[in-house]
Amino acid sequence: MAQLYTRDTQAIFWNNNASAIQRMLDYDYTIKRKKPSVAAIVAPTSNSKFDKFFYGPDEIMIPLYRNTTEAKAAQPQADVLLNFASFRTAYDVTMEALEIGGFTSIMVTAEGIPERLARKMNATAREKNVTIIGPATVGAIAPGAFKIANIGGTIENIVQSKLHRAGSCGLVTRSGGLFNELSNIIAINADGIAEGVAIGGDRFVGSVFIDNLLRMEANPEVKYMLLLGEVGGTEEYKVIEAVKSGKIKKPVIAWCIGTIAKYYDSGVQFGHAGASANADSETAEAKNKAMKEVGIHVPASFNNLPEIISAVYHELHAQGIIKDIEEPSINVCPSVRKSKQFICTISDDRGDEAHYCGYPISSVATPDTGFTIGDVMSILWFKKRYPRWAVDFLETVLKTVADHGPAVSGAHNAKVTARAGKDVISSLISGLLTIGPRFGGAIDDAAKYFKYASNNGMSPNDFLNHMKKEGIPIPGIGHRIKSLKNPDLRVEGLKKFAAANFPSTPLLDYALTIEQLTTSKKENLILNVDGTIGILMVDMWRALGYKDDEIDVFINAGALNAFFILGRSIGFIGHILDEKRLGMPMYRHPTDDILYDVKLAENL
Amino acid sequence: MAQKAIREFDAKSILAKHWDKYFPNFSYAYETVMVQNGSELKKAAKEKTWLKGKTLVAKPDMLFGKRGKNGLVLFKDAKPGDVSLAKASSWIDEKAGEKQSVYFSFDGDTPSGEAKVDMLTHFIVEPFTPHSQEEEYYISATCVGDDDVLYMSAEGGMEVEENWDKVTEVSFPITATEEEIEKKIKASIPKDVAAKDKDAFAEFAIGFFRAYRELNFAYLEINPFVLQGKKVELLDMVAKLDDTAGFMMREEWGDVDFPTSFGMEEKSPEVLAIEDADSKSGASLKLTILKPEARVWTMVAGGGASVVYADTIADFAGIEDLANYGEYSGGPTTSETKFYAETVLDLMTRTKDVKGRDKVLIIGGAIANFTDVAKTFTGIIQAFELYADKMKKVGIKIYVRRGGPNYEKGLKDIKEAADRLGLYIEVYGPETHVTDIVRMALTK
Repeated sequence: MAQLYTRDTQAIFWNNNASAIQRMLDYDYTIKRKKPSVAAIVAPTSNSKFDKFFYGPDEIMIPLYRNTTEAKAAQPQADVLLNFASFRTAYDVTMEALEIGGFTSIMVTAEGIPERLARKMNATAREKNVTIIGPATVGAIAPGAFKIANIGGTIENIVQSKLHRAGSCGLVTRSGGLFNELSNIIAINADGIAEGVAIGGDRFVGSVFIDNLLRMEANPEVKYMLLLGEVGGTEEYKVIEAVKSGKIKKPVIAWCIGTIAKYYDSGVQFGHAGASANADSETAEAKNKAMKEVGIHVPASFNNLPEIISAVYHELHAQGIIKDIEEPSINVCPSVRKSKQFICTISDDRGDEAHYCGYPISSVATPDTGFTIGDVMSILWFKKRYPRWAVDFLETVLKTVADHGPAVSGAHNAKVTARAGKDVISSLISGLLTIGPRFGGAIDDAAKYFKYASNNGMSPNDFLNHMKKEGIPIPGIGHRIKSLKNPDLRVEGLKKFAAANFPSTPLLDYALTIEQLTTSKKENLILNVDGTIGILMVDMWRALGYKDDEIDVFINAGALNAFFILGRSIGFIGHILDEKRLGMPMYRHPTDDILYDVKLAENL
Repeated sequence: MAQKAIREFDAKSILAKHWDKYFPNFSYAYETVMVQNGSELKKAAKEKTWLKGKTLVAKPDMLFGKRGKNGLVLFKDAKPGDVSLAKASSWIDEKAGEKQSVYFSFDGDTPSGEAKVDMLTHFIVEPFTPHSQEEEYYISATCVGDDDVLYMSAEGGMEVEENWDKVTEVSFPITATEEEIEKKIKASIPKDVAAKDKDAFAEFAIGFFRAYRELNFAYLEINPFVLQGKKVELLDMVAKLDDTAGFMMREEWGDVDFPTSFGMEEKSPEVLAIEDADSKSGASLKLTILKPEARVWTMVAGGGASVVYADTIADFAGIEDLANYGEYSGGPTTSETKFYAETVLDLMTRTKDVKGRDKVLIIGGAIANFTDVAKTFTGIIQAFELYADKMKKVGIKIYVRRGGPNYEKGLKDIKEAADRLGLYIEVYGPETHVTDIVRMALTK
């Protein structure tokens, strides 16, 4: 591949380094990329599903994943991994990505990865034909196409250094700071760069000078190359060989920094970990001399580099090899941007008419639209329009749980509050506040525990033992008076509906085997209405094609209890209106119904 | 620097600690102690009775070789192998009592080059081991280019540099499997290893090379080791560790020391303080003092840029005037930069220039990728405020060049602060070539 990156290249960013990612998106917006260059973020310790970033004046959401495997599975087109893990984990992250496959290049930013690990990582990548940029690097850039993280610095500097569009120089450095500096020098003295890589400062880096220069030699966009080497190592000699043998034909400008090192013994470490001359041939002076001898353009000192760049560029320009560049128009990122405090993904009230998930209200409201309240629930609660049988089931649940008489705690509370002269909303809320683990809350837990048991292939006996160990009565099992012989007709109704309409009900079938066991111990330990609803909801979602973790998200968000809350509100409001209609007075509990056992408070 | 030399005693201790894993069929007595003086040795003898029961060998353990040629190996009193505990103790006290000259290269037995003079502070003491020359072997391993290389020779105890033709060299890619390595080593045992020792040599070499790899040695040499059947003596060892692996080798290496080499100047408290700050920071802070009385001081951001500045100063003024080398990078906090600047300013304002010239402070840097220039300059400004009076007394001209995030504010702030404090300053941004301030400062 002659080009490292294109305008379609997308990356998976390992570690949620928000400022670096924002810089990439600012760059994307500036150069008018169609898709953001970061397709996914791996954030191992985050529980969020996405993070918000600016894209020009607007905001976009980039999905977060817990690990590279998930990220790559969800974003298979992203073939660049930006490994921002620490030196402790960077090796593992790279090796895992190489194992997963599908990456063409991996950039590793950590400095000081153990040498053996760095060598193994680099060698493994080389075997698999994956380009490693780094370790200990700020990255690489293909101007006008793709930029890694912080390379190039601020967006102002990028435009000033002409890194927003392709020029004609191929730039390879060790140092990240000097990479920026050279981009600037090249922009001032020539027409900018076509591709640039900072290979990294550690002793063992993945792609070395020659790898990058050979790729640039094959890249028609690159007309000449600039190499900034360093004292120490012998990598520059591979470049010298390639120039000598004609593998590199394009003009090369080069300079090795660290000429000062010759004045001091090896005790003084100049520059990067990789920069230490172990032999005379590894000194900056020797390398500069050897490069000059094979016809590489070598300045007298770093201070003279601008002149040489200008000379080479103007010669190629005069020969017509480099053409004038038409400066592209760019987007300008607004300097002040406000992050949105809220996100809404279910409805939109901007425009002519408010929408429910894309359906104008008028298109769902009246009977002739074919939408019932269950349709609207499925759209607003789950962002999907469910098939008829599922919509009917949702409505069946609502109707089944709408009321259960005045004596249950919620209805009682609502009635007492209404009689205290409070309005509908206060009375309703006081009723709703009783809904929880003891009242109505069994739906969530039944779904959760039965699903857990069936997922783990527990036999009914295993499950009972498991719950015993947990010290919890099985949620969704047991009724005050009902039994197998005297069944709860609400449960029978739900079961009948499911049998007739659900494609299949594996979890319910499983729950009934449990019920057989529990009722053999005690008659009234039947699958109750809460349990049946929770379990059938799971069966419904499974039949609709939801994955297990998606269903867990619903359960954990409390969506099941929400059915009870919504349904029972109908009943509570009925009781409240009943009280108002009857004009019942303030309720005071009779004292003879209270056991008083009050003793004198002790003095401490 | 990633590769750090360790003492012979520590190298032996690390191998001994893992001996059964790598050399299960060999025995090694691990009779060795490290002491700093004679009384420590006598004290050690209370626990390690072999110090009293056996005759001894003593030598300094301070990262330098050629101890024999330097006359710093005690193995005889009247005749070889008669050194007692008392003799070893008194010899150590004698050698530790005053500075010693040590030569690092020899022409035959004649020293060549300059000697380094320093105190001997650490000695290693072991039993004298009678053995024949034929039982001595050589083995070492290191990384050359991209490969690991194992060196083996039937000639132990020799000057390896002078006898390369007697050394067998086998190299392995980092991805080589255990089986490939074993096979290749077995096939490469030097021809002149005694026939009876060949199998044992191969087995030992395989264990040695595995220890080198798995314990993250950057260099490991035993010259010589003595093979007596299945009994092994490690007579002399040299080792370097890859200290970047330290975080995962804490248990394996134990409490290992990375001493400065003999004759090197002790690190100054300032350098140690910067090293300490560096180790605690995600950013990078480096300081080397080259010549504290010199006139030109640098406070440069970035590993690459700092080298370019040093190069340019040497080009324009030679190294006579260069006081320090160092860099800060990777987005240090304001307080880290303040500490760094204070350290440099403190060193710089201790004496006036001997020739009465103004001193020069180069605050340089390339165009930063992500380091906030204004934030780091705030730290430098805070240090200016503390040291302004001293700086004026010594006479300092400040030259600034920097670009990157927030550089306009950074440059404006530092200019204002210097003007307010009455300090001489010239300030330049990315429009000026990165090292041009060196030319301006040094050709005036």
